[in-house]
Amino acid sequence: MKRDFALDIHHLTRVEGHANIQIKVRDGQLVDARWAIVETPRFFEVMLKGMSAERVPFLTSRICGICSISHSLASIRAVERAMDIVAPVVAEKTRLLAMHGETLQSHALHLFFLILPDFAGTSSVLPLIQSHPDLIRAGLQLKELGNEISTVTTGRCTHPVSLVVGGLSKAPDKQALLHLRTMIQERKPALDKACSYFHSLTIPDFCRETEFISLSNGSTYPAIGGHLVSTDGINRDENDYLQMTKEYTREFSTSKFTRLSRESSAAGALARFNNNYHLLHPKARECAENLGLQPVCHNPFMNNIAQLVECVHILEDAGELVNSLLESNLAEIKTPYTPKAGKATGAVEAPRGVLYHHIEIDDKGKVAKADCIIPTTQNNGNIHDDLRALVEQSLSKGKNDGEITKLCEMMVRSYDPCISCSVH
Amino acid sequence: MTLKIASFDFTCCEGCQLQLANRESTLIDFLELLNIRNFREILSEKHEDYDIVFIEGSISRQDEVERLLKIRERAKVLVAFGTCACFGGVNSLKNRFKLDEAVREVYGNMAIETLPVRKISDLVKVDLSIPGCPVAKEEVERIMVSLATDSIPTLPNYPVCVECKQQLNTCLFDLGEICLGPITRAGCNAVCPTGKTACLGCRGPAEELNMPAFFELVKERGLSLDDLHEKLAFYNAFEPLATDET
Repeated sequence: MKRDFALDIHHLTRVEGHANIQIKVRDGQLVDARWAIVETPRFFEVMLKGMSAERVPFLTSRICGICSISHSLASIRAVERAMDIVAPVVAEKTRLLAMHGETLQSHALHLFFLILPDFAGTSSVLPLIQSHPDLIRAGLQLKELGNEISTVTTGRCTHPVSLVVGGLSKAPDKQALLHLRTMIQERKPALDKACSYFHSLTIPDFCRETEFISLSNGSTYPAIGGHLVSTDGINRDENDYLQMTKEYTREFSTSKFTRLSRESSAAGALARFNNNYHLLHPKARECAENLGLQPVCHNPFMNNIAQLVECVHILEDAGELVNSLLESNLAEIKTPYTPKAGKATGAVEAPRGVLYHHIEIDDKGKVAKADCIIPTTQNNGNIHDDLRALVEQSLSKGKNDGEITKLCEMMVRSYDPCISCSVH
Repeated sequence: MTLKIASFDFTCCEGCQLQLANRESTLIDFLELLNIRNFREILSEKHEDYDIVFIEGSISRQDEVERLLKIRERAKVLVAFGTCACFGGVNSLKNRFKLDEAVREVYGNMAIETLPVRKISDLVKVDLSIPGCPVAKEEVERIMVSLATDSIPTLPNYPVCVECKQQLNTCLFDLGEICLGPITRAGCNAVCPTGKTACLGCRGPAEELNMPAFFELVKERGLSLDDLHEKLAFYNAFEPLATDET
């Protein structure tokens, strides 16, 4: 069918930040498909210049309201590696537990508040409170658990307080950890409920082969640090982040783009899953199998399912970490240090994918140079290319304008873009 | 009575908006107070009729100025929501640098529009300020209830120090660290010093504060003035108080 179709979604809703989707079809042929980020840049790399190394994580956590713990820990890792500081084991375990809390909170927010309305045919989660009360309660219970884990481990669920260079400023409270242990057990049925609901949904069938990038350490599902790997066989040292990202600008976007072996690549839950499937908790692998998710999966809509699978992994692993902390001496939480010159990269798996902070410290202990590369930046190229492929595929299947619009919105939301983060 | 609200974000991390969806155990009751008319982050419908509008973030581009002016025309009560909206926040650290240098550092030769960072009250009338990086949801709930019941919302006028002492924390000054708790407005339950990290003043100055005495305290303890200035500048919440004493 020869037809004309123009789609211009100004400030896409139910995503974090401001971006537009622009599609032009003429005589049945796709002319242009764009993922245009218009968010206001904040210039964090400039703001960091001259700041004391110890204050860096408190500033970079403000890059993002959803993944502030990841930003804090990426900076802490960069600064500690630059100044040869090794944090105590208890601090490392607490940090990992904090990451779990943040990822659980972020995934629950995305799955229940941002994408569920697409599947339920509503404009927001609000009508679902009446129509699906048990499901929404389950989502809130998971989100609350994520926030509680973050609060117990870092002092606050957004913009962490006690994550510091050298370790922790304060250990998690034993009573709070005991409470957390009970809470994790009690909330597992909520996750089961979420899994069975998502099992009942039809995930759009779309596939475009791409390269998936994540961290990998060979022994545990990745969170803090590791090698930089891709499904195209790349394996690099953490400090080689620039070769992994090859950042470039495009005139229609205030967020940069990256590429690796191909024109575009993807980071996030699906990328972690594809690269580290065998390191997931057996219960998470079982959940993936039930939900029809297998590595290597190239359907971006399945990123939603990969997030759910990660929630299963997180609840299991968080329970073990809490037990391990309860058996630890919580007095040893910080390694003393004297600031010195150095430079290093800190890479962590933020909820939306691998996040790099590269920090250079001068001999006065101040930041000489900083560089942050955000997961969403690493997904921009893939979102852009997926839009084109999705529209072409939908045109050939004879989908109408409304259906194509909805699919494009849903596809972008599946990436869980964190736009203000990407335009830091 | 439900409140017709809208939420808009400008130059920021959106962490304050996110707090509205936190405190999950009271969230459903909280939402029942509200008739959400425009809130891009959670709602696909966009309505232009609202009484109370939450403005998150500072202003750093011309299109933001224009968007803010339009919102001000429509809103009955405009709330500066969070530290960036109230004081400029961490974004203001950019103002220490020349704009063209900042653009070149981050974007190379690409042309990018950016303005010096301004707080909301630099551009429009603000009816109510809720500071915090991020805002404290308990305080937001309390203020929303005040608005729904037509009573006047207030913020604590005393410093964070008071809340910190109530929690029997060891004073960070006694541990050799400068903390802005003595000069910062309370209402956060002293969350940072309770976590043994210094208060950086995200809630802005407490009322009737004695800045000269605070500077004297730092000097008496032999603590670093560089560190003090870095802390005072962090959220831009103590201008021009911070520079008066230097």
